[in-house]
Amino acid sequence: MLILSSLLLFILLAAARDEFQEELVIRPLHSGDIYASFQFRTLWDTDFLQEGQKVSHYRLFPKSLGQVLSKFSVRELHISFTQGFWRTMQWGQPFIPSPPGAELWVWFHDTVSDVDGNWKELTNVLSGIFCASLNFIDLTNTVQPSASFKPLGLGNATDHRFLRYATLPREIVCTENLTPWKKLLPCGSKAGLAVLMKSEKLFHSSFHSQAVHIRPICQDEQCSSKAWELRQTLNVVFDLHTSGQGKKEWSLFKMFSRTLTEACPLASSSKVYVDITDNPELFELSPATPLLGQAVVLGDRRTYSVYDLIMPTSSMVLSPCALGDMLRPLLHAERYVAGFGLQTGEIHTVIYNNHPYRAFPVLLMDSVPWYLQLYIHTLTVTSKSRDNKPSYIHYQPAKDRHRPHLLEMLIQLPPHSMTEVTVQFERALLKWTEYTPDPNHGFYVGSSVVSALVPSMVAMRTNFTQDQPLFSSFVPVKEESSYFVRVYTEPLLVNLPTPDFSMPYNVICLTCTVVAVGYGSFYNLLTRTFQVDEPSPPLSKRLANLIRRMRGVPLLT
Amino acid sequence: MGLLSDPSRRKVLTGLLTRLNTPICIVCYLAGIVWFMGLAFEPFTLRTYMSENAMGSTMVSSGERALSLAKEFDAHKRQAYDGMPVEWLVKAMQSRGLEVFTQSFSRKLPFPDENKERYMVRGTNVYGILRAPRAPRTEALVISAPCSPGDSNNQAVGLLLALAQYFRNQVYWAKDIIFLVNEHDLMGTQAWLEAYHHTNITGMEYSPLQGRAGSIQAALSLELSSDVITSLDLILEGLNGQLPNLDLANLFYAFCQKLGVLCTIQGKLQRNDWDTAEGYTHAAQTMMLMVLKQACGRSWGDHGLFLRYHIEAASVRGINSFRHYKTDAATIGRLLEGMVRKLNNLLERLHQSYFFYLLPSLSRFVSIGCYMLAFGLLVVILLLRALDLWVHLGAPALAAVEGVTEAQQPSGPGVLTVLTPVVISHLTGVALYLLPVHLQEMAVEHFPVSETEAVVLTAVAIYTAGLALPHNTQRLLSGEGTEQGWKVLKLTALLYLAVLLGCTALINFSLGFILAVTLVPITASMTPHMPKALSALVMVLLSPAFTVLYCVFIYQELIEAPVSVSEGWMLFLSVISQGILDHALYGSLVYPLLALFIYPCWLMFWNILFWS
Repeated sequence: MLILSSLLLFILLAAARDEFQEELVIRPLHSGDIYASFQFRTLWDTDFLQEGQKVSHYRLFPKSLGQVLSKFSVRELHISFTQGFWRTMQWGQPFIPSPPGAELWVWFHDTVSDVDGNWKELTNVLSGIFCASLNFIDLTNTVQPSASFKPLGLGNATDHRFLRYATLPREIVCTENLTPWKKLLPCGSKAGLAVLMKSEKLFHSSFHSQAVHIRPICQDEQCSSKAWELRQTLNVVFDLHTSGQGKKEWSLFKMFSRTLTEACPLASSSKVYVDITDNPELFELSPATPLLGQAVVLGDRRTYSVYDLIMPTSSMVLSPCALGDMLRPLLHAERYVAGFGLQTGEIHTVIYNNHPYRAFPVLLMDSVPWYLQLYIHTLTVTSKSRDNKPSYIHYQPAKDRHRPHLLEMLIQLPPHSMTEVTVQFERALLKWTEYTPDPNHGFYVGSSVVSALVPSMVAMRTNFTQDQPLFSSFVPVKEESSYFVRVYTEPLLVNLPTPDFSMPYNVICLTCTVVAVGYGSFYNLLTRTFQVDEPSPPLSKRLANLIRRMRGVPLLT
Repeated sequence: MGLLSDPSRRKVLTGLLTRLNTPICIVCYLAGIVWFMGLAFEPFTLRTYMSENAMGSTMVSSGERALSLAKEFDAHKRQAYDGMPVEWLVKAMQSRGLEVFTQSFSRKLPFPDENKERYMVRGTNVYGILRAPRAPRTEALVISAPCSPGDSNNQAVGLLLALAQYFRNQVYWAKDIIFLVNEHDLMGTQAWLEAYHHTNITGMEYSPLQGRAGSIQAALSLELSSDVITSLDLILEGLNGQLPNLDLANLFYAFCQKLGVLCTIQGKLQRNDWDTAEGYTHAAQTMMLMVLKQACGRSWGDHGLFLRYHIEAASVRGINSFRHYKTDAATIGRLLEGMVRKLNNLLERLHQSYFFYLLPSLSRFVSIGCYMLAFGLLVVILLLRALDLWVHLGAPALAAVEGVTEAQQPSGPGVLTVLTPVVISHLTGVALYLLPVHLQEMAVEHFPVSETEAVVLTAVAIYTAGLALPHNTQRLLSGEGTEQGWKVLKLTALLYLAVLLGCTALINFSLGFILAVTLVPITASMTPHMPKALSALVMVLLSPAFTVLYCVFIYQELIEAPVSVSEGWMLFLSVISQGILDHALYGSLVYPLLALFIYPCWLMFWNILFWS
């Protein structure tokens, strides 16, 4: 009886110690597109990494991930799958940035002895969980950035030996990745905001990105206890131009072909925010909501109409939008390959600081596969046509077939400037089994990452509160005057010299024949000296000569 | 090889080759020419076929707004005084949902271009990028339309905008599509391409591009000059004789067949009566036109400059030739949409089909394996003659060893005897390459001619002055030219020419073949013992410059616009100036090849003729 009641008590306690929040932000973008960002947060104050104690009772937190965390001693895990490229110049900054393809970065606990082994196993396990080709992550595309990827959660680990970072720019994201992702939610896609996630509509968009972030965070302001946070995010940009037949209005039904009716019963909060900052008088929301919220996000104070699904209202949103030119985001970066021909080339990374009067430093991280052999002595950084010496350079050269190049630089961007980083490379000749099945498509180079603390126009809130909207609380804010931004450039597609695989037989036969027959015999002809041999005399003559020699008579000729 | 390692049989073989050298050479030459002419005969050619599996069939439909857009564009162009209505274009593209960027460029030509009446060129390119949904900006296709002065290409820009509008509403794009309207035809394209790839090969000044879309997979260039089109012409020949992958031509042909549009190549329709004399002549003319166009090494449309960057590209030109059969803009829109959709489906760059081919018609092609034999037969003559000379040079030496009373045979001609003519010829070539452009100012000061005329006439003058060289060369040499001297020089020159032509033909078959046809007979037969006046005349008539002149006449004859001798001469002069301009502006290599290598090589033979 005592045991039973204590077990009951424990379950109740455990139940009290985890919570689930869901949130959807809809922001009409400058370009006329609609940005919908879902965030689901599960908090659980257990400790996966505690020695000797096995966590086996799961309620809201997905068991599959929890087991992975404890088995591989993961301290922090960030994984994202993105289809499409976030157009910063038209859409501004996303709440949580991600590069095209798959990105995975993991901080292991500092008790792990064989980090590479754990990493290898972890990628294979995650590959199964998310139904993605993460098993293609190996040492040739894994790097250990020294400064660009700091832990976002508790604890300030700085030893980058425990960090692994890899991207798969070629990864194609589709429904088979979405379904396992949805299964991690406590309500699945049965109730709450997740009912909107119909893959047919989500993949009929301009941009789709889904991510899972796991990290330890503080339970409260004093940080007296630690909790694990699982944040699942899904960002979609809908193109009103193709779907709306020219009309600039949208509704949840039009975007998702579903409407919201109720919150997930397990959620402690379930909210829909509609960003009405840009032109509140132009908006026409139906049903109207009296609730207005304000949040400071990415250095900008935004106003939102808030719909709380716990206190139900039927939500159907309509609004006209304005069409606009290009935006000038404060920080922006792009990248391309210069030059032509299949021997050499040059990678150009262009970083824009559009702040009118503030200079700020950025961390640029480039991970380039080994088959582009970087000439690091050609590295130049120029701002305003003047040499801009990076104050910190971390370069790890590649090893053929073992390890990629890693280049990290801290560059000071002058105000209102364009900074260009160039480095030349030579294209390697691969062994013929190393080519992909479609070698003429080209080879991908992952996005480079620009991380920066951008000066903020408005004061950021540094204090930590529970009731803050989720989208504004992902990256911890350390100071009031600036905010953290990460910008990914586009991946590159580089053509390598490719043999003509369609006629290996011809090629092999021809070269072998030419080399063997042609070269061999000509070499023979050129090196040999020829002499005319006297034909040997017939047998009768030789006999006669033998006799003559015995007789001492002159020989016959 | 046993044949060659046996001295006595080797002797027999070389004896045979030297004895029968002339007949073998003549047979080879005739066989080469006949083989080449036979390439156009249909049973000897292969039917074209689509090699690329990814270009499966797709269905298409397109709008009719092209014409009204073309008219609107025309009106705005007039407002901009025949320049590019940049603001209107930017707005028009923006309203269609593209990301629009502009690029300005300027270039001072080395001397005024009289054909196109331009010297200081300043222009703006406008391009809009249609971003493919859920694509990571790694691949792109380009559709370009040159904005030319007058109302010659308005329909193409109109069609381009109509296509942009239609494409924007489609969801199936996997590659970004760049719509480029370039000013000053090729120069705009050149500036845009150089900026896109951040290279500068020709000294163009341009502003950097703001927007990019990854590596460009293929490009199509549109040229339409009237509302009603009777046929579409496909232009393939690019810079330095480069051709796009044959699958691009196949794609065009397949869609023309599907939509029932008349399609031509070199402006010539296809005929079905290959077994009649007319049918064969028609195919041969089409092929000859392609050979001539390819040989001249210039870009025959905006597409030609893309090829350098490994971007498969072709130009589609609408022709209104007053036939009964008419095609409207909507059909052409459908055709282009179909082509772009198929290119959009590509997983890899076009690489499956041939890159080296000749087309006697759109549905037939000659691959490199067939036509190279014609060239090989011509070049083998040079090698045979060289072998003959080698044997002859070796024979007296052998005799001297055997101890025949020969009082101190001069121990072979000195290196100097051979080196001097070689160096002097090449210096003349360098002068021909450098001086015309650099001396134009001086020439304009002293003679009453325009800059362009000055450049061309200087080139002609240097070319002619080179003919006086043998006498000067002789004066430089200390002793008399010996019998052996010219033989060694000729041997060198023959091998040099063989290597030159061989390398040229590998890159640009047509150029190599045309040069071989005219140069091989004279170079093979030239000796100092021939009647001087007659052989000098023949040599001059078969010199590189005259080859160019003949090509001009043949080309005019083939496009059914024959010219008189004086017109032909004027055309010849303008061809020279265009050749020099193409080299300076786009990096065409034909002029430097002729000036720096072919002409000096010819001069070496000229030297042999006047060997005393």
